[in-house]
This record gives sequence, C-alpha cells and structure tokens, in this order.
Amino acid sequence: MLRQLKLIIQREYWTRVKRRSFLVATLVTPLAFGVFMVVVNYILQYKSDESVRIAVIDEGGLFTGGIADEDNVHFKLLKTDLETVKRDFDAFDYHGILVTPPLGKLTQHQYTARYYTDQKLTLDLEPILADRLKTALRKQKTATLHLDEQQLRALNSQVDIEPLPVSPQSVVGTSLAGKIAAVIGMVMAFFMYTTVFIYGMMVMRSVMEEKTSRIVEVMVSSVRPFPLMLGKIIGVGLVGLTQVTAWAVLVPLMLVGVSLLFGFNVDAAAMTAPPPELGDMDPELLAGQIMAELGTFNWWVIAPLFLLYFLGGYFMYAALFAAVGSAMGDDLGEGQSLTIPITIPVILAFYITIAAIQSPNSGLAVWASLFPLFSPIVMPSRLPFDPPWWQVAVSLLLLVLTCVALVWLSGRIYRVGILLYGKKVTLWEMGRWIFRG
Amino acid sequence: MSANMLEIRDICKYYGTKAAVDHVTLDVPTGSIFGLLGPNGAGKTSLIRMITTITRPDSGYINIAGERLNDNHPRQIGYLPEERGLYKKMKVGEHLLYLGQLKGMRRAAADAAAHEWLERLELADRWNQPVEALSKGLQQQVQFVSTVLHGPKLLILDEPFSGLDPVNSNRLKAEIWRLHEAGVTIIFSTHRMEQVEEICEHIALINQGKNILQGDVAEVRERYKQHHFTLTYRGALPDGFAAKYNLVATGKQSVTLAAGPTENANTLLPGILATGVQVFSFTEVLPTLNDIFIQVVGQDNLHQTTH
Repeated sequence: MLRQLKLIIQREYWTRVKRRSFLVATLVTPLAFGVFMVVVNYILQYKSDESVRIAVIDEGGLFTGGIADEDNVHFKLLKTDLETVKRDFDAFDYHGILVTPPLGKLTQHQYTARYYTDQKLTLDLEPILADRLKTALRKQKTATLHLDEQQLRALNSQVDIEPLPVSPQSVVGTSLAGKIAAVIGMVMAFFMYTTVFIYGMMVMRSVMEEKTSRIVEVMVSSVRPFPLMLGKIIGVGLVGLTQVTAWAVLVPLMLVGVSLLFGFNVDAAAMTAPPPELGDMDPELLAGQIMAELGTFNWWVIAPLFLLYFLGGYFMYAALFAAVGSAMGDDLGEGQSLTIPITIPVILAFYITIAAIQSPNSGLAVWASLFPLFSPIVMPSRLPFDPPWWQVAVSLLLLVLTCVALVWLSGRIYRVGILLYGKKVTLWEMGRWIFRG
Repeated sequence: MSANMLEIRDICKYYGTKAAVDHVTLDVPTGSIFGLLGPNGAGKTSLIRMITTITRPDSGYINIAGERLNDNHPRQIGYLPEERGLYKKMKVGEHLLYLGQLKGMRRAAADAAAHEWLERLELADRWNQPVEALSKGLQQQVQFVSTVLHGPKLLILDEPFSGLDPVNSNRLKAEIWRLHEAGVTIIFSTHRMEQVEEICEHIALINQGKNILQGDVAEVRERYKQHHFTLTYRGALPDGFAAKYNLVATGKQSVTLAAGPTENANTLLPGILATGVQVFSFTEVLPTLNDIFIQVVGQDNLHQTTH
C-alpha cells in the first residue's frame, strides 16, 4: 500500500512537472509579473508631454518674485491688460490667461483667481495653478504679518506614538512594526487563498479527467481508492510547492533585473504608495528601518507555523475538491454548483482576514482563526502580531483533527463517486455515500 | 491446485434498495474460459467489481483459488473494463511500467514483461509514444497488455471485442487462446452470445441480478434443445409429408420439423425415408445461446410480471 502510494505520488508529480505547460507557467508568471511592473511603472511615471504656455496677469502683485515653471507648464508674467492679451491669445499660442486679483483682507480664507481659456482645465493643470497661488498667498500673508517661516513651521507639530512594553519580557516593537506585520499577514493570507484555489482546482480537474477517461476503473482494480486520492493530493501538493518555490526565487530576481534594466525604483512600481505619515521620510532610511523591523519578527516560529497551516489548509480543501471532482460528470458546467460550498468558506476567510489585520485580537479574528475551515487563511495573518500561544495550539489541533476527518470523509465520497456515471449528483446524495458500506 | 479458480457463494449487492446482484452463486473451473452472459444492466459489471475487490458484497463471499478474497488478490487478477481508459499524455512504456508496478511487480520485471508483450503485438516501436498518438485499435491493445502484464491467474475481460475491427479482434482472440493454453482462467463478460459460443466452455447467464442458468456450453444447449430437426432434400417434398410431421419452418429445399422428446435422428429417419423424400442432409438443431437466452429471459420476465 505504501509502495503504491509512492508510485502514485511519483506519477502525479512527474507527469505534471515534466509537462511543457508547467514549465511555461512557472517561468512565464514571473516574467509576466515583471512586464506588468514595467508597464505599471511607466503609466505611473507618465507625464503629460503636451507643453502648455500660460499668461499671467498679476493684478494682486502676488508673483513679485516670479513664477517657477513646471516641466511642461511655462508661465509668462505680462504687464499688459486682459483685453490686449485676449487679442494676441492665438498668436502667442497660450493655453490660458491666469488673472490674479489682489488679496482683500488679511483674514480672507477664500481666494478666487480667474482662468481664461477656450480649452478644458485639465486634472494635471489645475493643481499646479492652485499650488503656485497657495505658495504666493502664504508668502504674502507671512510678510504682511511679519512672521518668520521657522516660527510658522513650529506651529505644525509632528506627532509620533512610541509603543513601550509594560512587562519587561514582552516585545511590542515600533509603530512601524505593526504596519509591517499587517502587510506580511496580508501577503500570507493572500498566498493561502490563491494556492488553495489553484492547486485544489487542479486536484479536482485531475479526478474528473480520470473519471471521464475511465482510467479510474483500471486503477481501482489495482489500488484502493483512498491511496489513489491521497497520492493525487500529495503529488499535486508537491507540484504546488515546487512551483511556489520557483516563483519565490524567480520573482525577486525578476524585480532586481527589471529595476536594473529600466533603472527605476521597484517600490514605486509596487503601487503601495507609502502611508502619508511616512511620506516625508527618506526612502533609503525607510527601507533600512523596514529591514531592521523585519529582523525583529520571530521568523523561526512564524515560518514553520505558516507551513503547517499551508499543509493543513491545502489537504483539507484539496480533499474536498477531490470529492466534488469524483461526483462530477463529463460536464464541467453541471458540477460547478457543487464547488460552491467549498469556495464560500475560502472567500469568507479571506474577507475576515482583511478585518483581522485591522484588529488582530478582536472576537471575529480570534474565533475565525480557531474555526478550522477559516484558520489556515486567518491565523497566518495574525501570526506576525504574536497571538497568544494557546490560541495557536487550539487552532492547530482543531485544524489537524478536521483535516484528518475531511480527508477520510472525502475518501468515502470519492470511492463511490468515481465509479458512478451518467447521473447528476446532489450534495445530499454525496452525503449519503459517506455511510454506504 | 483448487479445482475452481473462482467460487462465488450467495453474494448480494444493493444500491439503495435495488439489488444489483441478487444471491448469485457460481463456480469458475480453474483453467477454463468462462462466459458471463446477460443483457446490459443485468448486474455483470457489479459482479465483476466485487470479484476485482473494487466493491465489497453486502452478503455472501467470494473465494479465489480456495482462499477468501483479500487485498492480495488484485495482483493475481487482470481486469479489462468495458469502458477502456488510459492516461492519454503518458508514454506507452511508462504507462505499462506504472500499471505493472501498481500490481506489485518490480520495475525490472515489469520492464521485461512490457517489452516482451509489445514485441509480440508488434508495438515495440511505440514505447516512447504518448498513448494519445496511437490509433484507437492500438490503444486497446496497449490496454490489453496492461491487463495481462503482471501474469494474472484470473483474467476478466468485459466486452473485450467491442469496438475492435476484425483484424484486431482475431489478434486478441489468438492471445486469449495462448493464455488459455498457459493455464490462465478467463472470464468473458458480454451480452453478445455468438462471441461466446465459439470460445467459452462454461457459461453463466445473469439477468436482473440473478444467476438464472449456468453450466457447460454443450450441456446447456443440450438441455434447452427443442427436438427440432432440419431436413434438406432434393427434388420435391412428397405429398403427405407436411401432414405426417409437425413442420415449424419451411425453406427452399429444406424443412424444420418438431419431434417428441423421446425421439432422435435414429428413430425419425426410417419414417422419413419411408415417405420417399430424397434426403440430402438431416441434422438435429441445437439452440444457439442467443435462442436460449431469449427463451429463458423471456420466461423470467413473464415470471416477474405475474408476481
């Protein structure tokens, strides 16, 4: 039986890994990721290439020190009146005429400038104009009030909250640590979510193919259905691990390669704009700090636990997918409704994770990370927040027990389903197969 | 060596409340070619699945070579299901090695046996081709090789000739004979009676889950004979012949007559010659298995409806 299991695992593994489509998926995915990065980066960094000339009639004397040009926006201060400029408008190829009336009272909050143009005021242009005006108004106001720039800056206080432990043995980390923990948690949850679906579905399709190609009848005359199912789940799981490991190596290589080749900052392309409170920080300093914080996480605990949850979650859901695959007929569409009871908990768990990351010790987060159908996705996202060890222990125990039970139950359904042809199966019937002798 | 390779005793299999196999008892003599007959849906496949340990009987038991059926037996059984299937993407050689090893063969032994079989069937050059590249007929031959590769003592073939052209059909028949001569017990499951008549020594007839008839083919035909005789003649049939005998069929220069249960060719011929007919041939008509099948199943159905 063990020898047969080994043979089945080997076949399931090698026939997939040797397939050209596997090689393509493993290599092309990081490549596609890299191309995606380049494109996204290009789009984000894209600057309007249309050059714009703007005439400024400075009635209020705001721009006594001149106006700074933007890349494609050129300002021209004019001493003439509006009517003259309007007449020459086309000849000088202006985009518009900015008229800045004098500031009334010093306490005036609202200021309106006029912009004469025959075109639309674009999203690019409006903030530039507003920014120039704001700076000029502020300058004028501070001058009138005889304030000094340094005093003004002092009025705006920068606030940081430094977390410190009450009992000496606990580690709270810095405020940055909490944010990093959330990102790591989310990444792990997302990884779980996608792998459960990708490889669970792979198991399901493979079971279906064996059934519809009728090879399964030959197989079960040599092997008991249970090792056949188990071998398939383990084999596909190993394929998944191989692929994920390859990606784990290739994607960072890709990113490094892309950033070298195109000479841009990978962080910018990751679309995770730094949170506003970190926005002012020097990116290099921030990167160093993140690296330092990453080092403070208890990776020797998180990594093995993550692997355990991955295995538990994968086995549990792959077994369920195998059971559903065995009940499906030749028609994929017909059986699709049977997968809904499996996909719903996975999707729910993912949404719970989003909430759990905001408050990792809330009732929802704790209960969901104990409930075995959710825990493989929810608990890993809580791991960087150092959940109480007993919760991890209980959650793992429940997961292992549920996993064993579900693999067994799926085996019961599988053994009946694979030999049943030409019948539309309901969930109720599948349930009854469990008890069939 | 046990006299019976397979002994089935009073086994039942229910799916829901429906009995797919209903108290079947039968013996398959060691080394025989045994025909398991019955219409589609009679329960043949359900019965075979129990013999091949795919499912377990709800009651009754099965012995193989005198030993209660257990998990070691699949290694001694070769099963060719009616619905054929192979892993399409796998290479022929790889596939045979895989199935052989699953049946408990060492890799080297499976390799040797697979090469030997493929060579005999002139398929040796296909070793590295994926199964899907082969024609359907060749795929069926590969499937047959996978069934016999591990040298089973009991070979179960479910509708082995379905979908085979005459050339491949004959080739398969030859291989089956070779295995028979080597002492392998072979069970044929089919609903096509005429195929069985020329190959099988023993048969069992299954209908609606029940074993309604079994025995030696010649003996069964003898048992169900209706004492019909066919006479072919030259010239014209003498007047009065039709009145003297009960004719059940008349053809061009031939008549079939029904006689009493005690009569045979020897007792009939003097009377026939006395009519002055010019006899060309005179033979007793034994029913074909098809006739018997229709006769028995028809009765059985009648029996069922009156209940």
